[in-house]
Amino acid sequence: MFSLEGITTSVQDWLFMKFNPTMALAMECVIVILLSISLFAILGLVLVLMERKVAAHIQIRLGPNRVGPGGMFQTVADTLKLIMKEGLVPDMADKFLFNLAPFVVMMVGMLLLAPIAFAKNFQIWDINIGVLYISSVSSLSVIGILMAGWASNNKYSLLGAMRSGAQIVSYELSAGFAVLTIVVLTGSLQLSDIIKAQENGWWIFKGHIPALIAFVLYIIAVTAETNRAPFDLAEAESELTAGFHTEYSGMRFALFFLAEYINIFIVCAIGATLFFGGWMPLHIGHWESFNHIMDYIPSSVWFMGKTFFLIFLIMWFRWTFPRLRVDQLLNLEWKYLLPISLFNLLLVAIIAILGWHF
Amino acid sequence: MFLKEYLSDVAKGVSSLLKGMRKTGYYFTHPKEIITEQYPDNRATLLMSERFKGEVVMPHDANNEHACTGCTACELACPNGTIKVVTKFEVSPEGKKKKAIDALVYRLELCTMCNLCIVACPSDAIKMAPNFEHSVFDRTKLTKILNKPGSKIREGIE
Repeated sequence: MFSLEGITTSVQDWLFMKFNPTMALAMECVIVILLSISLFAILGLVLVLMERKVAAHIQIRLGPNRVGPGGMFQTVADTLKLIMKEGLVPDMADKFLFNLAPFVVMMVGMLLLAPIAFAKNFQIWDINIGVLYISSVSSLSVIGILMAGWASNNKYSLLGAMRSGAQIVSYELSAGFAVLTIVVLTGSLQLSDIIKAQENGWWIFKGHIPALIAFVLYIIAVTAETNRAPFDLAEAESELTAGFHTEYSGMRFALFFLAEYINIFIVCAIGATLFFGGWMPLHIGHWESFNHIMDYIPSSVWFMGKTFFLIFLIMWFRWTFPRLRVDQLLNLEWKYLLPISLFNLLLVAIIAILGWHF
Repeated sequence: MFLKEYLSDVAKGVSSLLKGMRKTGYYFTHPKEIITEQYPDNRATLLMSERFKGEVVMPHDANNEHACTGCTACELACPNGTIKVVTKFEVSPEGKKKKAIDALVYRLELCTMCNLCIVACPSDAIKMAPNFEHSVFDRTKLTKILNKPGSKIREGIE
């Protein structure tokens, strides 16, 4: 049976056999870096194409269908165009911060890749405070966005960046609470422990109503955190031209664009890990034969399937809901999501203490 | 009381969002609904809507007869001088003189497709056609004479 675990162990064995341990470790680092960069590039191409296709079908259109079979190479062509374009820097911009900002945003995405379990025993860094690490690092992206808005020397950029700051800071709370409900149920911050706890059923099924509420809150909060419609005030095209990346062009713009999609992938991967059991196959009670068939599907396929399902859900939101106003946005967070998530946390604590979950 | 209102607010919001998602989800799962016309590819089968206003034409029947009496109502109705009616006098076999059109000159490059000439025509001699591929290399080709050469007015139209 195909498994990524077998590949990694054989590569590691081979490296340690051929080289001394320090060398082997260094080479492993290089391999991991190359793999994550290529994952980023492929994800960027695939997700942008997927977004355009989903958007088109929801709006009763066809979407890109000219470049390659079914428009498959449209995003490749777009990327080539962006690479060849001149990267303009505005005259009065703060050059250093302006150039740094896209890389800060990208870097946050790369850091967040570390604790994600892509398949069984296929994880870059199984850190014991995984969930804490994710929630703390993901909030760093606001620095990159503020940097971009400030350095552009453009009032639209600054407005967009400020809105984005307010939005990310407030929605992080309810995202954190939603994550905490699963931590309460599991009793561990380590992602591999959280996945292991879902061996006999995913938390969204095992955790009754609180887990379901937490999942809804999580999806809403991360949609806001990744600055996507209906919470795309930071880059509201119709009012702020493009928000914080108004002044960016060429490859710097592409990095922002890529970072947005990488962030979507990462929050969906974390959502899939917390609520849908990561790479755990779907097991139903005592149906032995059914469970065996489910075990036959590789764990990486399970993980990717769940993640892409969540990504599709977020895209579905984007192309259905109208954009919120700034005051509505903050009302939604502070008057609705936060009280509900606090109450939900209390509920889940009671359930966990009394052992009412399966 | 407050809590009840609050919860009903939340429920109402969620249900209305779900309603919207059901609609878009329906469109996503039903590719039959797609309305995109892949224009240059489907030129042979392209169906324009009935009321599309592409250009003014004068329908002729099988005997090369039209319904235009040369009353110049369309010329008068046209806001920007697109139509020019050139009239002549035809002598009928009984020796009576009758007004008829020599040429109905239509200048497509001036036309705004406002439909006023069609509304003004008392005998429904002109109508809007749904063709839209009007680009030519020579501007003079846009000045068209709508009545076909040798055409006559249909019997019984005054």
